[in-house]
Amino acid sequence: MKLFEDFGKGTIEFFEYAGGLTELGEETLSFVAKLRIRLTETVLQCYLLGVQSLVIVLLTSLFTGMVFSLESAAQAVKYGVGTLVGGAVAYTSVRELGPMLSAVVVAGRVGAAIAAELGSMVITEQIEALQSLGLAPARFLVVPRLLALIIMLPLLAIFADVVSILGGMWIAQTYAHISYETFMSSVRQTIGFDDVTRGLVKSVVFGIIIALIGSYQGLRTRGGAAGVGAATTGAVVISIILIFISNFVLSYILYGGSTG
Amino acid sequence: MTDLRPLEDAQDGDTGQDDRLIARVDNVTMRYGDKIVLEDCSLDVVKGAITCVIGLSGAGKSTILRLLNGLRRPERGHVYVKGFDICHMPERELIDFRSAIGFAFQFAALLDSMTVGENVALPLHEHTRMSAEEIGETAEATLDSVGLENTYNMFPSELSGGMLKRAGFARAVVTNPDIVLYDEPTTGLDPIITNLLTDTIKHLRTKLNGTAVVISHDLHSIYMMADYIAMLYEGAIIAYGPTDEIRRSTNPIVQQFLQGSEVGPIPV
Repeated sequence: MKLFEDFGKGTIEFFEYAGGLTELGEETLSFVAKLRIRLTETVLQCYLLGVQSLVIVLLTSLFTGMVFSLESAAQAVKYGVGTLVGGAVAYTSVRELGPMLSAVVVAGRVGAAIAAELGSMVITEQIEALQSLGLAPARFLVVPRLLALIIMLPLLAIFADVVSILGGMWIAQTYAHISYETFMSSVRQTIGFDDVTRGLVKSVVFGIIIALIGSYQGLRTRGGAAGVGAATTGAVVISIILIFISNFVLSYILYGGSTG
Repeated sequence: MTDLRPLEDAQDGDTGQDDRLIARVDNVTMRYGDKIVLEDCSLDVVKGAITCVIGLSGAGKSTILRLLNGLRRPERGHVYVKGFDICHMPERELIDFRSAIGFAFQFAALLDSMTVGENVALPLHEHTRMSAEEIGETAEATLDSVGLENTYNMFPSELSGGMLKRAGFARAVVTNPDIVLYDEPTTGLDPIITNLLTDTIKHLRTKLNGTAVVISHDLHSIYMMADYIAMLYEGAIIAYGPTDEIRRSTNPIVQQFLQGSEVGPIPV
């Protein structure tokens, strides 16, 4: 019986969470649609959430591109296909690694920060204060963060793409003696503008996920400092899981299961 | 305010449109999880008066304030404010409606990312068509009126506890609301600051010609400012009336509470 009870309770909690998240998303998007946007706050959030994440995104992307090149270049040269290394690095970077890595890194840094900030505001009654002043927290707090991530995450993904490819190119030249010209020629032949734009579409979706999950986790915080901790952890875990799931769905939709 | 009398003729189910009432909590039941906080609780809020709600810690006093501005919705019953049943008002309508109700929180709840002046100016930016210059002047004048001159550009973290509370008062009253709700405005402060805040509440009521509902444990402060006192006990208002009447109440629960005695019907 306990098993059924737990299952039932878990199911109810899941749908309550999904319903609350949908409600927040709908309310937030309705404010965006009505252009009820706090511009100064949005610009500030672009800086805090986007610009301040740049270094960590660049570092993770650089080393991931380098590792990918290190693993593939020597083997590729061994089998006589060294000229394809640039394409392989660029292909994975632009389609997957750039959008995914930047999103995961931002989810860890920014998703947690949003949940912690809003959670602290809940337990210090600042959210209730906003409501009592006739201000909707969704418009006041969530809209700027959502827009900031929709704008900044694709930009971060572009930086991630470029740095990842450059790192891969350097390693390919250093360890497998693949010239920069050969590497870049392969890059140009393999990826097109479509690949880049589709990667950016993913980034926009990931940005929405991070902003909404972080905000929702923060706004539903209960129980003091421990509650803020739980909300923060939850924001990171749920965001990353949803990023991976949506990445698969988006890849299927955008690339149609094709390889080209 | 001496001519005010308890509304003995106010009936359950009244919509609060009685001219003497500005708000009415009507047979409200409210619970958090499994714990029933209010059960068939009713309270009249008389227009132009200061009504103080007293009761034990955790009795649900703050919940009554949150019901009065729609931050909480009851499980059963109604809450009428200015004749509107706000329990069934959609959240988006409530957001606009709340601009007519000031709320001073227990710990001020100023937004710590903004200066004190920006906090006070915030509702003016959102709910008025005043120019930025007018908003700044109004916010500054409101801060002056609660004794917080030259704090406009300070951040909440730079203020003392008493100053924070007064800044919270300023934000609550800057839009000239019809009702101001004060949640434990004097808790944790020294007697001098307590007197200062009590005078501030009375001064703001007079200045706004409005109504105040105050939650407090500080009996000295309550006796100084209250026109009416309501005592909340075990989820319901068990005594309500003009301050002098409540002080003379023969209800043993009220007397034990007012005397702070450990002996009596309230278990310690």
